[in-house]
Formats: sequence, structure tokens, C-alpha cells
Amino acid sequence: MRATKSWIAEYAALPEGLDVWQLADALVSAGLEVEQVETIGADVSGPVVVGRVADFVEEPQKNGKTIRWVHVDVGPEHAPDVAPGPLAKGGTVEHLPGGYFARGVICGALNFVNDDHVVVALPGAVLPGGFAIGSRKTYGHLSDGMICAEDELGLGEDHTGIIVLGDTDDEGRPWTPGAPALEAMGVADDVLDMPVTPDMGHCLSVRGLAREASQALGVDYRDVIAHQTTAPSQGGHPVVLESPACPLFVALTVEGFDPTAESPSWMKQRLAACGMRSISLSVDISNYVMLETGQPNHCYDADTLQGAIVVRQAKPGEKITTLDAAVRTLDEADLVITDDRGPIGIAGVMGGEDTELRDTTTRIVIEAANFDPVSIARTSRRHKLGSEASRRFERSVDPGAAYGAARRVADLLIELGGGRLTAETVAGEVPAMPTQVIDANLPERILGMPVDADRVVEILTASGVEVVRDGETLTLTPPSWRADLVDPYDYVEEVGIKVGYDHLPSVVPTAPVGHGYTTEQKLRRAIGRALATAGFVEVLTFPWASEADADALGLDADDPRRRTVALTNPLAETAPLLRTSILPGLFGAVARNASRGADDLALFEAGRVFFASETGENAPLPSVEGRPGDDELEAIERAIPWQPRNLAAVLTGAWRPAGWQGAATPASWTQAIAFAEVAAGVVGVRLERRAASQAPWHPGRCAELVVGDEVVGYAGELHPSVIKAFELPARTAAVELDLDLLVSLFDGAGNLDPVSGHPVAKEDIALIVDESVPVAELQAAVVEGGGELLESARLFDIYHGTQVPEGKKSVAFALRLRASDRTLTDADAAGARDAAIAAAVERFGAELRA
Amino acid sequence: MSGPNDNYDPKQVAALSAESLDAMVAAALEAFAVASDPAALKEARLAHAGERAPIALANREIGALPPAARKDAGQRIGAARGRITEALAARQVEVDAAELERALVEETVDVTLPVDLAPQGAIHPITGLIDLMSDVFVAMGWEIAEGPEAEAEWLNFDALNISADHPARGESDTLFVAPADSHVVLRTHTSPVQIRSLLDRPLPVYVVCPGKVYRADEFDATHVPVFHQIEGLVVDKGITMAHLKGTLDHLAKEMFGDIRTRFRPNYFPFTEPSAEYDLECFVCHGASVGNPDAPCKTCRSEGWIEWGGCGVVNPRVLEAAGVDSSVYSGFAFGMGIERTLMFRNNAADMRDMVEGDVRFSRMLKGESR
Repeated sequence: MRATKSWIAEYAALPEGLDVWQLADALVSAGLEVEQVETIGADVSGPVVVGRVADFVEEPQKNGKTIRWVHVDVGPEHAPDVAPGPLAKGGTVEHLPGGYFARGVICGALNFVNDDHVVVALPGAVLPGGFAIGSRKTYGHLSDGMICAEDELGLGEDHTGIIVLGDTDDEGRPWTPGAPALEAMGVADDVLDMPVTPDMGHCLSVRGLAREASQALGVDYRDVIAHQTTAPSQGGHPVVLESPACPLFVALTVEGFDPTAESPSWMKQRLAACGMRSISLSVDISNYVMLETGQPNHCYDADTLQGAIVVRQAKPGEKITTLDAAVRTLDEADLVITDDRGPIGIAGVMGGEDTELRDTTTRIVIEAANFDPVSIARTSRRHKLGSEASRRFERSVDPGAAYGAARRVADLLIELGGGRLTAETVAGEVPAMPTQVIDANLPERILGMPVDADRVVEILTASGVEVVRDGETLTLTPPSWRADLVDPYDYVEEVGIKVGYDHLPSVVPTAPVGHGYTTEQKLRRAIGRALATAGFVEVLTFPWASEADADALGLDADDPRRRTVALTNPLAETAPLLRTSILPGLFGAVARNASRGADDLALFEAGRVFFASETGENAPLPSVEGRPGDDELEAIERAIPWQPRNLAAVLTGAWRPAGWQGAATPASWTQAIAFAEVAAGVVGVRLERRAASQAPWHPGRCAELVVGDEVVGYAGELHPSVIKAFELPARTAAVELDLDLLVSLFDGAGNLDPVSGHPVAKEDIALIVDESVPVAELQAAVVEGGGELLESARLFDIYHGTQVPEGKKSVAFALRLRASDRTLTDADAAGARDAAIAAAVERFGAELRA
Repeated sequence: MSGPNDNYDPKQVAALSAESLDAMVAAALEAFAVASDPAALKEARLAHAGERAPIALANREIGALPPAARKDAGQRIGAARGRITEALAARQVEVDAAELERALVEETVDVTLPVDLAPQGAIHPITGLIDLMSDVFVAMGWEIAEGPEAEAEWLNFDALNISADHPARGESDTLFVAPADSHVVLRTHTSPVQIRSLLDRPLPVYVVCPGKVYRADEFDATHVPVFHQIEGLVVDKGITMAHLKGTLDHLAKEMFGDIRTRFRPNYFPFTEPSAEYDLECFVCHGASVGNPDAPCKTCRSEGWIEWGGCGVVNPRVLEAAGVDSSVYSGFAFGMGIERTLMFRNNAADMRDMVEGDVRFSRMLKGESR
């Protein structure tokens, strides 16, 4: 809502000297957000004065254009020292009657006559856009200023001619040449721009803003609604209300209106300041009254109405051509204004073309009605058609203002366009407001600051609420413009705002002892920190996905990762799904980094992935009157997608770039697995690895990561076709884990067993096995065979070459042997070592390398 | 005991003379002194204090002396050997010290060389800030609540007193999960976790819910369709709006230090009374208000910047979650993590937060990492 300070000041007796910022503060304290304050004329500086056209001549130019060489009286103070050039060649120039000279100005506009008052920018003035005015030689004369059009002063868009001031100023005083023009015209004003929240519908009007300002500042208020709604009558155009969504409809008839009358400049200026274009006098008045009273209204050409106006629900398939020239098919839930021919307007949203005012209209029927906010909101949304009217009705319009606003329209039509108010219809009546009973202590109890009952009564009364007090019990009825005052807490807020939140004390509440973070929360945080420490960089990516991603990942038709969740209104049609894997998002981040010159990447992200619910049930919408039943809550849980947290990483380029200590370590499948090991290490579980064939990984370079019998994820090098499809660097590696599953496997921190102080015995063994034997399994056999005494078996070499047969490899382990209760004898150590070897021999046919 | 030594051989015993011994000592000392490194000293030691050194050979001559002369000679030679040993030990200390000194100099490295243990990893600044803000509340005894991001419409809207016709429930604001009547949305705020907390937890409830939220927003410098909020909820007996103010003032102080704050009335369906929580503009500190010559882009010359929304929990919300609003009252608040990051660390462009540029992730230091 845009409104000017001067307009608000018409109805709120703003204190002398109150600047617009103080006014803004008052409105903010009342619950409005003042988004912007503009000062009209702020970008005009220097002498811009009222001038009187003393005389002029027209001089046709060779290019076909005619210009005027004008002598303009700008008063003695701004008069030139020397006479301007004569109007006729060789003529003489006399002093003006005041004993000073006029200024000579070249003007391209032709819309003025002698003695018209105009606006003259004198040399030294700067107009909007930094346009500096000076004396200059043009068309053979010395032009000593500029006669201005509306747009040149930033007052509007009109450039059809220069501004010709009326006979007098707005106060009825004659113009004084030389007077500062913007002040004399009354255009200097401040504009406040305020978004209005749904509970402040009454502030979508100068009326409501003035009311709030006057209450905040403690000054007098005058209601623009000067007439109360009269009893129902059908004295004017017949109106029939057939829907409860329209409780009140006022129709006033004005006859004898002059359709050629023009809007006065003050009205145009206010409309322009409030963001509305001037169209015609009747439309301007309609808009002006809507801005002023908050009551949307509509003017019909009475001669085009056919029979009674009937307000009803639309019939299926009915059509209307709205004022924006669009043909709209109506829904049964739409409320429409109709006459004998059918719909002539969508109630509260937009009028129809058929009954639009024409430039010959002399008989006008003014509509000011009240409509159900929900009905209007739904219609506006259904037709994707928002208007100044629907915006107001959605937030509730004061039903008590309908008649007064219609009268204001009629009064302005008559004042500015002639005619008279000939007939009135009032169909329906102002609905009663809901009464609420509250404890007078409630505001103090909820706000936590002292507000006694007397103050509560005083504040609410000042807000227009009818208060009946019985001890500490208050029976409250809000004024018709405050549809937002319904619940007891609504009144608490009204009191809080009017007392001022600045007076709230600041008290930290004492919570009962808490449990801090949950184990899962601690582990997830620790995993993130551990991965960062290990060298991985966390990034955030969008969760949007597409079928194309699934195809590019090489997912089979029955891969569970194709059980996606789709959005009905995705931001991009190319990505209408939610991710089931974090990897494609990370691939995008790789590409973005690469395009910015970073190629050595180890990116990770932890976030939810989404799988369609298996039952395909829709979520219920239980009542809000109390806690839903357990069956309803369970149905909600079944209907929402399964959305576990995943943890994924992508590695490209060098893990460690070439440096002074040596050659680069390329990023590879090894770091992808190491990533998983770091995460599993935080949880304290051992990941078993099995060679696996799983999209999107390289079938020969992919590890399935297993804890017990749970697969927690996969890691390895990406499949070359995936690398190609996502345009990733060759050998890109990746890992993706089910983070929730991994964290759930935490099995307690464990025991601190005694640490053996006995010496360690070290034995190295090298085993020759088939190339195909997985080292991890060989190692497991060694560990198992080594038994209790074997503390660790560390792989320290894998050898292929002349010393071992073709198709075989030599795998060397460093064994550490120790007992908790004694020093091992050589025989003990040899026994354990031999047992370890025996297990490898038995399971893999290993041969001890000499 | 005394008597002439009949076998006295002046030639053989000349080595045991005082002059001769002095000369040996002098030669040894001289040799030690010129030995400037451990190897040279070792050589000198073998030459002058070893088994074949002159003094060792001289020692063997003692037997050739008449018994009466042996004692004298023995004492002389013992003293001479003592002087050599002592000199050797002293020189050894000097040479070792010099040798260490030389080695230390030789072993000097360029300590400015890069020494990264691992590549430079980082957690994302958003994650870091969520943890930092969560810590503030855990320190007060609150707990961290979490909930799903694809959420039932009832929890995201209805239970929060956002009626079916509220504009926020339109497709221009909310992302809906298909099919059209699934009644599942991508949560538009962390507030459904409030309802889940009230449904699941015993009263009183003191929780914050940090997490990801979704809006059908354009993607530009100040809007992203996926962002993060932290939401607070307290429901207890005797909770007032003053408690809300106290909590937010504490959080503001923890996040920004001493700073002026204010409540500005606003509207939210799920709180009543509702307010915006504003912070004094970090840039102009209010100096731009009413001062067109020095406009402030950060606060649009309002002097205040909006941090988050808050209010007293609407009793309708408590009732929808089965909480008796005649006994319990509560407050709730929510603010954007991205916005907080912009205020705390001067992040200017929200796109940087979601584009995954490693430089952005690595930028913060200290407790914010």
C-alpha cells in the first residue's frame, strides 16, 4: 500500500512539524512495515517557479515543426536584468506592468494561451535525471529557461503538453509568478510504501493508516466514512443477493454526469504517487475512493445494465470477458455479479467488459459491496487473477464502509463531473461482529509486562472495540473494520502493540535439565568434522533430480533409486524429481568448480534423499480442533516419502598435488573408500569390503561396504560411461553411504580393557596366493588363524614378478604377537605364526614364500 | 732396598725421564689441540693415548728400571698419562660440541615449505553456523529436534493455523509432492517440527529445530529455493512474550555481541501476538534514517534489519497438537541461517552458499568451522 503523508494528514491531525520518518515510526509501531519513503520533488532543485504567459509568437520551422517564442512573467525576483529579445524582428520590449522584464523562453508545446500560468525551470535548476537548465541560444533566440511538462518534473508520465495550472491553486488563491512552483502546486509530498500483512486489511486504505497513525501519535482522527449504512432499500437499481458470500451490496445511481470532465491534477498526482495511472475521471474517482476508504467499488454504465443485478454463484461453464479483455470460464465456486444476460463481473476481483463505462456514459450505477474473503481468495487464485480489489477483499473489507464509500464516489463524481445522486439501493446489511469474552488479566499474563485492566479497556476502546466490563471479565465486540479481532490472543496482541513492544522486559526462561545432543546428532557432527579434517570439503547442492540423471547413472529399470518422488510444480521442468542419490548434485558442483579453475576436488555432502512411499497413500488432513488420532498420525508417516540422510563424496584430479616432497597422489577409488572408513571409524564399526557391481561405479573398481549383514554403501571409481555422461574428469571416484544406517550401527563406546605390558614378538610372513584372492580375505584368514595371541597383521607388501609364478602374487604381513598375561616364548610365537599360515594355506592354498 | 742398579741401561730408560715424558705430553696435547673433528681426534688419541702410543711404550720400560727407580718413574708416568687423558677428555667435549654445532647448521631446513598433513578440507559455513547456534541453546538446556523435509501438508500448514486458503499454500510459494492430492509438500519452514515436537515429546518442551526448507522462489543474490532455518519452540506453564524477548536477546548477543534489537509487530498465523525481531543495522547503525544524503543499502535506510519472525504460540496451534492452552503457553521464533551468515560474516551473495565452490566452504576460521 502506497499512501502520501498529505493524504493521511487529511484525516489524522498530524502534529505540526512531524516529519515523514516520525510518521513512519508511528506506523511501524502499529504493525506496519514501511518498506520505502519517497519524497516527491526531491530530485528537483534550483529555481522552478510559477510563470504567467505574457505574450508569444509562433515560429514555423523548416522541419515542419512549430515552436513558440514566449515572454513569460516570472516575477520581479527572477526577472532578467536586460530585456529579452523582441517577439517581432526589430520590435521593442517594454517592462511588464510591475516594472521588470519578462524572460524569453523557447517552447515546443502549443497547449497554452496568454495569461495561462505555467511552470518555468530557470537557469540553475536541475530536473530529474540530472537535467541541468541553462540559458542557451536556440532557434535564433536566447532561451532563458524551460517551460515544463509533467514528466520533466517527475510528477507523472504526461508529455502531451506543458503543465497549464488551473485558475487558482487548490486553496483557491491566485497564482503568484515567481513563487516556487512545486510548493504552490501542493505536489511536494512524501510517499510511504508499506506491505500489508493479512491481519492488517484495514490498513489497505488511507482511512486505516490515518486511524493507526492518530492512535499511535495520540492525535485527532476524522473518519472519511461520513455516512452509516442505511436500512435495506431497493430505491435504486434492483439488486438481488443469492449467495451468503455477499452479505451487503450498495448501488447508487448518479445521473447527468459529464463524461468529458477531466480529473483534477491533485487527484492525478495522488493516484500517481500511490502507483495508479490516471484513466478517466470516473475510473480515477473509483480508484481514489478505494485507496482512501479501502472499499473496492465499481462503476457501471447504467444504460448497459439489463435487468436486476443478481449476486450468485456462477453456473458451470458460464463465461465472462473481464476488463483485461480475457475470456474466463467460471467455476461454480466463483461468486459473480450478473444481470439478465449473465455474468457482468467476477465479484470482488474484476468487472466485465460489457458494462464498462464508455466515453458517452452519463448514467452511472456505483457498486460498493462486501464479499466473503475466502471466496474471493479462492476465485482470485483459481483464475490467477489478482487485482487491487481482490487483494483487499482477501484481507477483509470493512462492511460498515460500503455505503459511505459509495457516497464518497457519488459525491466526487458530482463535484468534479456534475450530475446528481438520484437513487439508492441497499441490499443486505452489515453483518454483526463476533463477540469474545476475555479475562482482563490475559494481556498481562501472556505479554509478561504490566498492563492493568483499566489500561486494557482504554486501549481497546481507542481501537474501536466495544468493551463491556464486569469486574475482571471483558466482553468485547470489534469494530466492523477489524475482522482480525476474533480470538482472545488477538486482543492480547492489540494491547501489546498499543502499549508498545519496546516496554517488554527481557527475561530468559529457565529450561528443565536437558539431554543435550542425541547420540546420532553427536555422531553426525563428528563424522562431518572428521571428514573435513581428513581433507574433504563439504558443499551444499540442490536436491532436484530427473529421469535423465537416473539414466546417466546407469541405473537399472528396477533399481530402487528409480522409485523417485515427483513434484507437481517443480522449479524447472527439466528437474521435476527429488534426488535419490546425492552424487549427481556433487557432479554439478565438480563441474562448477572445474569451470572456475579448481580441478583437484574432494567434495562431500550429507543430506536427505527421497524415495516414494511404498503404499502410495495420500496424507490425511485431520481436524485442527485437537490432537489427531494415532491412526491419522500413522497414516501421515506412511504417506510421506522415506527420506534417509545419505553421505556422499566425489574425488577428481589429484588427492595431493605434486609438491616438493614428491609426485602427485592422484585421487582414486582408494580415497573414496578411505572416506567411508573415516565415517565408519567415527561410529566405531569395521567396514567389510566386497567387490561389487553397482551403478554408477566401475564394475571392477567398486566396493560394497558392509557392516555385519547391512550394506551401508558403495565406493570406488565411477563407470567410464557415467564419467562420460556427466562430463567428469577421467577416473573420477565416488562414494555414497546411508548415513542414518551407519550411525544407527553405533554399538556403544566399548570397554577400556587392561593394556598388556608384556613385550611384543614380531614375525613377518609372505604368502603366495592366486592373483584373484582378495587381500582382505587372506588377511582375515591370517588373523583368524593367529588366534588370541595375534595382535595385528599389517599388510606391508604385495609382489608380482619373477620370484613368484605367473598368475600368483606374494602378499606379506607383519605380525605382532602378544599375550596379556605373560611374555611369549619363541615356541609360543612360532606356534601362533604357523597357525596363521596354516589358515591361509587351508583357505586359499597359500604357499609360504621362503 | 736402595742400591745401585746394576742393569741400568740409560738408553732404554731415557724414555722415562721427566723431559721425555714432558715431551710426550706436550706432543699429545699439541696433537689433540689440532684435531678439529672427531676423526682427527680419534687418530690423535690412538697416536698419543693408544696401546702403541709413546707413553704406553714408555710404560713398558718401567720393568727395566731398578726397583728403587720404579716408583718415581711410575708416578711420573701416571701423572703424564693423567694429563694426556684429561686433555683428551676436554678436547673430546670441545670437538663433540663443535661437531654438533656443525651438524645442526648443516641440517637446517626451510621451515617455510608447505607441510600439509592432509588436503585442506572444510565443513560448509552453513553447517558450522547451525552447530554454533544449536550450541547456544543446548547450553541453556534445550534440545535439538529434527523432522522430515518432505512433510505432510497438515503438519506444515493446517496444524500451524495456516488455513487451506492461505496464499502461502499456493503453487507460487510452496513446492508440492505429486500427485496433486498427496497432501505432502516440501516443508516451507521448520515449523512443522514444532508440531512434531509437541506431538512426540512430554511437556514442557524447549527445543530448536535447525534444517533445510524449500520455497518456490527465484534463484538470485538474495533468494534461494532451498535454504536453512533455525526454529525455536518453548511450551511451558507461565511462558510470556517477555521470555521470547529474553531468549532472542541472548541469542543475538551470542551471535553478534552487544547490539540493539527491537520487536516490530507483524502477522503470522501460528503466533499471536506476532513480531519481527529486528537488529540495528550493522552498516549505518541508524545514521541513514531520514538522511537522503547518506542512504544505506543494507537496511534501505530503515536503520533496522529483519532477522527473524517470532511470537506467542497461537493457542489454536497448541490445541491442534493436543496441548491444553488454558494451562500451557509458549513462544516460537525462526530465522534464516543464510541471513544470519550474511550478517555475521558479510556473505553478500546467497548463490555462493549453494553453488558448491570449494573456496566458499574453506573461508571461515575458528569456531565457525
